[in-house]
Amino acid sequence: MTLLGKLDWSAIPFDQPIIMGTVGGVVLAIVSVLSWVTLKGYVPYLWREWLTSVDHKRIGIMYIILALIMLLRGFADAIMMRAQQAVAAGGAQGYLPPEHFDQIFSAHGTIMIFFMAMPFVIGMMNFVVPLQLGVRDMAFPTLNSVALGLTASGILLTNISLGVGEFAKTGWVAYPPLSELQFSPGVGVDYYLWALQISGVGTLMTGINFVATILKTRAPGMSYMRMPVFCWTSLAANLLIVAAFPVLTATLSMLLLDRYLGFHFFTIDGQGNAMMYVNLFWVWGHPEVYILVLPAFGIFSEVVSTFSGKPLFGYRSMVAATMAICVLSFIVWLHHFFTMGASANVNGFFGVMTMIIAVPTGVKVFNWLFTMYGGRIRFTVPILWSIGFMVTFVIGGMTGVLMAVPPADFQLHNSVFLIAHFHNVIIGGTVFGLMAGYNYWFPKAFGFQLDERWGRASFWCWLIGFYIAFMPLYALGLMGMTRRMQHYDVASWQPWLVVAAVGVVVILAGIVSQVIQLVVSIRDREQLRVTADPWNGRTLEWAAASPPPAWNFGELPQVTDVDGFWKKKQRERTQQAQPTKERKFEPIEMPKNSATGIITAFFAVITGFALIWHIWWMAGVGAIGIFLTVLGFAFRNEEEIKVPAEQIARFEQANRAEIAV
Amino acid sequence: MNIIVAVDDEVRHEARPSAVEAGPATKRIVVGYGFWIFLLSDIVMFAAIFAAYAVLIHATAGGPGGLQLFNQRSVAIETGCLLASSYTCGLMSLAISSRRYAVTYLAALITFVLGAAFLALEVREFAGMIAVGAGPQRSAFLSAFFMLVGCHGLHVTAGLVWLAVMMAQVAIKGFRATVERRLLCFSLFWHALDIVWVWLFTVVYLMGVLS
Repeated sequence: MTLLGKLDWSAIPFDQPIIMGTVGGVVLAIVSVLSWVTLKGYVPYLWREWLTSVDHKRIGIMYIILALIMLLRGFADAIMMRAQQAVAAGGAQGYLPPEHFDQIFSAHGTIMIFFMAMPFVIGMMNFVVPLQLGVRDMAFPTLNSVALGLTASGILLTNISLGVGEFAKTGWVAYPPLSELQFSPGVGVDYYLWALQISGVGTLMTGINFVATILKTRAPGMSYMRMPVFCWTSLAANLLIVAAFPVLTATLSMLLLDRYLGFHFFTIDGQGNAMMYVNLFWVWGHPEVYILVLPAFGIFSEVVSTFSGKPLFGYRSMVAATMAICVLSFIVWLHHFFTMGASANVNGFFGVMTMIIAVPTGVKVFNWLFTMYGGRIRFTVPILWSIGFMVTFVIGGMTGVLMAVPPADFQLHNSVFLIAHFHNVIIGGTVFGLMAGYNYWFPKAFGFQLDERWGRASFWCWLIGFYIAFMPLYALGLMGMTRRMQHYDVASWQPWLVVAAVGVVVILAGIVSQVIQLVVSIRDREQLRVTADPWNGRTLEWAAASPPPAWNFGELPQVTDVDGFWKKKQRERTQQAQPTKERKFEPIEMPKNSATGIITAFFAVITGFALIWHIWWMAGVGAIGIFLTVLGFAFRNEEEIKVPAEQIARFEQANRAEIAV
Repeated sequence: MNIIVAVDDEVRHEARPSAVEAGPATKRIVVGYGFWIFLLSDIVMFAAIFAAYAVLIHATAGGPGGLQLFNQRSVAIETGCLLASSYTCGLMSLAISSRRYAVTYLAALITFVLGAAFLALEVREFAGMIAVGAGPQRSAFLSAFFMLVGCHGLHVTAGLVWLAVMMAQVAIKGFRATVERRLLCFSLFWHALDIVWVWLFTVVYLMGVLS
C-alpha cells in the first residue's frame, strides 16, 4: 500500500452509522446537483460566467455561497453537540462516543471561524468595496480568483475528512502537545493543518489585494476622509490580515515540521516549548477576532446611517476608533491564557490593554446610537439586525471586560462562560452584521429584494434563540462547567443544558426561515424587482445599476464629499429639469477571464490530500501542477478585453430611467 | 533606480490637485505597491520564526549550540555571495530600464550563479551538521535554526526559479509592460531577501558565536 501512503479502506468509517448516513446524504446531494447542472446544459455558462470569472462581484457572491453552505455544516455540528450535552448527564453517555464528539467540536470551531465567517466577510468586502470606491475591479483580479479557489480547497479538504479518515480531536486551536504526533497519531490534525495552510495563503492574497485596492485605486476625488466607513473597516481588517496571517502560517508550519519531520518546536522531548505555540497562535488569533468583526461594524455603520436618513454621527471618530482597534488588537493576545503562569505584571498589562480596547468599541456604539437619535428610522430587516446587534454585542462586550480581569479569568478560564462570551460577540457582532449586509446588498447584487416577512421571522428566531441558547451557558460557567465535555456527572447542570438545546432549535427555525426567505424571494422576484437605489442609499454602490454591469460604472464617478451619492441626489433635486446632456463613453479595458484560479484550486486539493495521507508522488504531481498553472498564466498574451463604447452606451441608455433620481 | 522611476510617476500625479484624489493609480504603481505589501507580510512571517528562534536559543537539550556548530568562514562567503548578487541585481535593473538585452542577461546570469553558490554553501553547512548528529531532530534549538535558515534558503530557491522564468519571458516577450513590472517585483524580492539575511547573519551567526 505504499503507493497510496497511509490511505486504505480502513480510513472510511463504515461502522459509524451517523457518519456514513451523513456522507451518503452529502454525496447524493452533490451528485444530484452536478447531474442537474449537467443535464440542463448549465456547465459552459457556469464555467464562462462564474468559475473562471475575475469579476469582483461574482467572486464575492461565490464566497458568500460557500459561507452559507458552511454555515449549515457548522450549525449541524452545533445542534449535535447541544443534543449530546442535553442528554449525557449522570451515568448516561448520550449518542455520541467521545472520539466522535471531539471531532465535532473541533470541526464546528474550525468551520465556523475559517470557512463560514471568513468567506462571508471576504465575500461581502469583495462585492461592496470596489463599488463603494467607485472603481471597476480589484487591484489584482486574477489573484482574487486564485484566493477564492484556495479558500474553497481548504473547505473541501475539511469536508473530505468527514468520510475519509477523521478530523482533529484537539479543538479548533489544536494546542500541542495534544496535537503532536505522539498524542494524535491519526490524520485528523493533518487535515486541520493543511486545510488551514492552503486557505490561509488564499486569505493572505485577499488581504494584499484589498490593501492595494483601497489605498491605490479609488474614484477621482475620493480622499481618505471621503471613504465610506465600510471601506475604512475593510482596510483595517485587511491590514490585520496582512500582519497576522503570516504568523499563523509560520506557527502551523512549525507544528507540521514537528509532525512530519520530527522537529521539536512544541514537543515534550527535545526541550520543545508548547506554550510558544499558544502565544504564537493567539498573536494571530486575537487580530483574527477583529478581522471578523470590524467589517461587520462597517456594515452596521452603513445600514444605521441609511435607514436613519442621516449622515453617520462622528464619522472621524468612527475612523479613528477603527484604526485604534486595528493597532490595539495586536497587544492583547495574552488574555486568552492568563493561566499560563506569566508574572502578575505581564497579566496586568494585558488585562489593562484588553479593557482599553473596549473604549474605541464603546465610541462606535455611541456613534450608532446618536446616528439613530432624531432620525426617521425605517424598520427594515437590516436595521432590525443592527439593533439586535447593539443590545447583544454590548452584553458580550461586558462579559469580555469582566474576563479581562486576570483573577476573574482564573475562575472562568476554559469554562462554558467563555463559550457564552465569544458566541455572544461573534454571533451578536459578526453574524448579525453579515445578515444585515446580506439583506442590505442583496438587491444590489441581483436586482430584486429579499422577502421582508421571512426576513423578520428569521431575525426574531435568531435573536430569541441566541439568548435561550447562550444565557444558560453563562450560568453553567459560573457553576463550574468546563467546555468540551462529552458527558458530565453533575445532575443540576442538565436543566440548563436542555434549555440551551431548545435555544438552538429556535435558531434552527431562524436558519430555516432564511432558506425559505431566499426561495420565496427567487420565486417572487418579479414583484420584488428594484431600481438602482432601493433604500435611498448614501454611497456610490447605489449609483450603479442593480445588478451592476461587469464594468460597474460607465464613467468613473467624481467624488466631492463623504456620502457623495446622497449629496449628488440632493443637488440634482434642487436644480431640477436640466436637459440630460448626451454622454460620450470611452471603451473600457476589463481584465480577461482566467481559469488560473480554479485549476490552482484543483491542484491544491490534490497536493493537500496527498500530504495528509503521505502519498508523496501525488503531492509532487500537485505541486508541479500548481507551478505549471502559474507559469501558463504568466505567459498568456492577452490580459485584457476591451468593452466597446457602444455596448456601454446601450447599457446606460437602457438603465438611464433607473439611474435618474 | 526602480524606486526613482516610481517616485517620478508619483511626481507626475502630484501635478494634479492632490495625489489622494487623483483617481486610480497607474498599473505600475499598483503592482509595485501590492508587492511591497506582500514583502511586509513575508517579513512578518520571518519575524514570527525569529521570535521562535529567540525563545528556543538555549533549548539545546544537551546537544550542541551555535558556538560548536557555526563555521564563520563559510557564512562570511555566503554573505558575500548574496550581497554581491544584490548588486548585480541592481545592475540588471539599470540594464532593463535602458533596454539592453545582453547586459540584462549577463547581470541575471551572475545574479543566478551567486545565488546558487549561496545555496550550495548553505546545503553543505546543513549536510555537515546533520552528519555530526546535529540535525533538526536533535533539539528544539536546532529545529528553530533549521527552520529559520531553511525558510530563507527556500525563498532564495524560489527567487532563482523566478529569475530563470523571467529571463525566458524577456527572451520570448521582450521588455513589455507586464514583464517589466514583474522584473521590478523580482528585484524588490531579491533585495528583501538580503535584508532578511542581514538580520539572520546578525541574530543567528554573530550572536550565536558571541554567547
